[in-house]
Amino acid sequence: MAVPLHSPEAEHAHDLALARKDILRIATAGSVDDGKSTLIGRLLYDSKAIYEDQYEAVERASKGDYVDLALLTDGLRAEREQGITIDVAYRYFSTPRRTFILADTPGHVQYTRNMVTGASTADLAIVLVDARKGMLEQSRRHTFLASLLRVPHLVVAVNKMDLVDWSEDVYEGIRDEFTAFATKLNIPDLTVVPVSALHGDNVVTRSDRSPWYQGSSLLHHLEHVHVASDRNLVDVRFPVQYVVRPQSDAFHDYRGYAGTVASGVLRPGDEVQVLPSGLTTTIAAIDGPRGPVAEAFAPMAVTVRLTDDLDVSRGDLICRPANAPHPAQDLDAMVSWMTEEPLRPRQRLTVKHTTRTVRAMVKDVQYRLDVNSLHRDLTAGELGLNDIGRVRLRTTQPLFVDDYARNRVTGRFILIDEATNATVGAGMLTPAG
Amino acid sequence: MPDTVRGILPEPVRLVLVQVLSPTSGAERVPTPDYRLSQLETLEAESIHVIREVAAELERPVLLFSGGKDSIVMLELARKAFAPARIPFPVMHVDTGLNFPDVLEFRDKRVAELGVQLIVASVPDAIAAGTVKEEPNGSRNRIQTPVLLDAVEEHGFTALFGGARRDEDKARAKERVFSFRDEFGQWDPKNQRPELWDLYNGRIHLGESIRVFPLSNWTELDIWQYVLREEIEIPALYLAQEREVVERQGMLYAVNEFIRPKDGEQVRRETVRYRTVGDANLTAAVLSEATTVEEVIAEIAVTRMTERGATRGDDKVSDAAMEDRKKEGYF
Repeated sequence: MAVPLHSPEAEHAHDLALARKDILRIATAGSVDDGKSTLIGRLLYDSKAIYEDQYEAVERASKGDYVDLALLTDGLRAEREQGITIDVAYRYFSTPRRTFILADTPGHVQYTRNMVTGASTADLAIVLVDARKGMLEQSRRHTFLASLLRVPHLVVAVNKMDLVDWSEDVYEGIRDEFTAFATKLNIPDLTVVPVSALHGDNVVTRSDRSPWYQGSSLLHHLEHVHVASDRNLVDVRFPVQYVVRPQSDAFHDYRGYAGTVASGVLRPGDEVQVLPSGLTTTIAAIDGPRGPVAEAFAPMAVTVRLTDDLDVSRGDLICRPANAPHPAQDLDAMVSWMTEEPLRPRQRLTVKHTTRTVRAMVKDVQYRLDVNSLHRDLTAGELGLNDIGRVRLRTTQPLFVDDYARNRVTGRFILIDEATNATVGAGMLTPAG
Repeated sequence: MPDTVRGILPEPVRLVLVQVLSPTSGAERVPTPDYRLSQLETLEAESIHVIREVAAELERPVLLFSGGKDSIVMLELARKAFAPARIPFPVMHVDTGLNFPDVLEFRDKRVAELGVQLIVASVPDAIAAGTVKEEPNGSRNRIQTPVLLDAVEEHGFTALFGGARRDEDKARAKERVFSFRDEFGQWDPKNQRPELWDLYNGRIHLGESIRVFPLSNWTELDIWQYVLREEIEIPALYLAQEREVVERQGMLYAVNEFIRPKDGEQVRRETVRYRTVGDANLTAAVLSEATTVEEVIAEIAVTRMTERGATRGDDKVSDAAMEDRKKEGYF
């Protein structure tokens, strides 16, 4: 059947499809046992991101009394065979207010690197807890990783509330425990929602099974959480990514510096400084995807033209003269290590920071952090696969850095193995000391 | 029916959109009070960032261009990434010899407008040369992979832009934006490079390559909204038109040079459009009344069948069909 285009339903759908929305990036952590896949399947299904043929395939494959929504999210054959999630999977759904990109990450300790990957781009993290089990070691780990990556919003979904008879006491116990734990970490916004992913309670709409719960449903919270204040609009940081030189007759003298705004707001007429040269000049114009723009802010991809003809190349950074990041060759960072071969002092690595790539040597592994207890092991001396610890690096050339807590873009870097070219670590800069 | 169409809106609707989407014309842009980008602007910025990063870091990139809507949008984003300079890499079409003529015409026109070099990797030539063999089912989907890999080797390409989206398939949902391939072009799903923030790792050894998917985070609806918003030309096949069709396994195939009615098949006239444009012998059309891009969006918004499931005979083989083809080097 052709879709009737002039039905009220079609017109409504059309209006929703064309509405201006923003994007919320979500990371979920939890194990299969917590019902994570079921919860995601529920969000996708109830927000109508699941199509008929996908649902029918899942219906056919389901054993038992319920359609197993978890099957919607299993991607690779090995995952289906082993009944586990190995890698980060990305899911997409939208509501009239927002579109959502959800990084679905496995919860086991051996997949810490995948969780770090999923959380790296997230505005919000959902940590899933089984109401019968309460806050487990892995819940602490997931919460800690969200705070380490500075995910600004955390939601704890207390799942399987139906199996504890929707007990308010159980919910409050878990909520209080999480609140106490979050206070010790950098978690500016914590919300705890009681749900049953299997039955859909409090996932999309408020459930009458939890009259004592005054908060919003999970989806309502995702739609309304305030993220506009999460970005840094103060410190102008523009890493030069690519130099645009048309070398054509029509644009003979055009020389533009293309890149993605890391933070701050840039406007034509602003006095700026280019690092590492330290020379100052003025922004002549900013070209966006549809021509000149009056201002540029993160994460816009633009091309900046300067009034003076300076020697600017990829890896340079444009900032304001009175607010420049500090050039650093000694980097103190929390590092998440992602490969079998351990990170050890004197090891040589490549550091990619914004658009600048330099070589570095590991000076010191100051401590390894137990991601479950947050205990610092000062005697570790190295970091193994999935370990997190504080590391000092010395780079061959200066990088223009900010603390990760202040700037998630100029405070981060990845580590690349010089022999294998693999990405082996992720770093978040911390104040020295 | 014109060869190409533009996402032009009737005037009253257009006025509303100007307010909602605030496209820029000149520097007189109304300041965005909350400094938030819409989902299309965010996706656009992310894709442009990816495309520039590849051009800056990898020696010989090439953009896979089929004339389908996703690759059209990807090419438009590449144009924007380097404007007013030309796109600094060539485009390549893996030509199965089973194309819709409109699509080929569109391909050539677009490439000429942008002044980019077009490289055609021909499957019929490879069949003639004996480097690949025609499969008994008539599908050239598998055999285009070796043709692609040979062309990559011949030209020494180190990065290949593809228009795949993660919302298309379960295996694609797990693929990186920068997807590392060994010297045989193979994907190892269990051993992918971690991909953090927007810090992409394009480092490779000789013979290895990176598949790059700038549209990873776009959905089908995003693509259509962008076509509408940016008034991007697309082949007319994407819009509904009355065509002669035959029904095979519940799917409608328009009669064309590659699809002839078999014995016992009834030819009937239906108003149909294509949701995806693959090989002309395998791509089915869907019943539709949508004759403008806006109507396509309305249709998609209420449709409850996935793109590939609805129209691609080649993905029906098994649940893991895409995963298997990708491991061999398919896009």
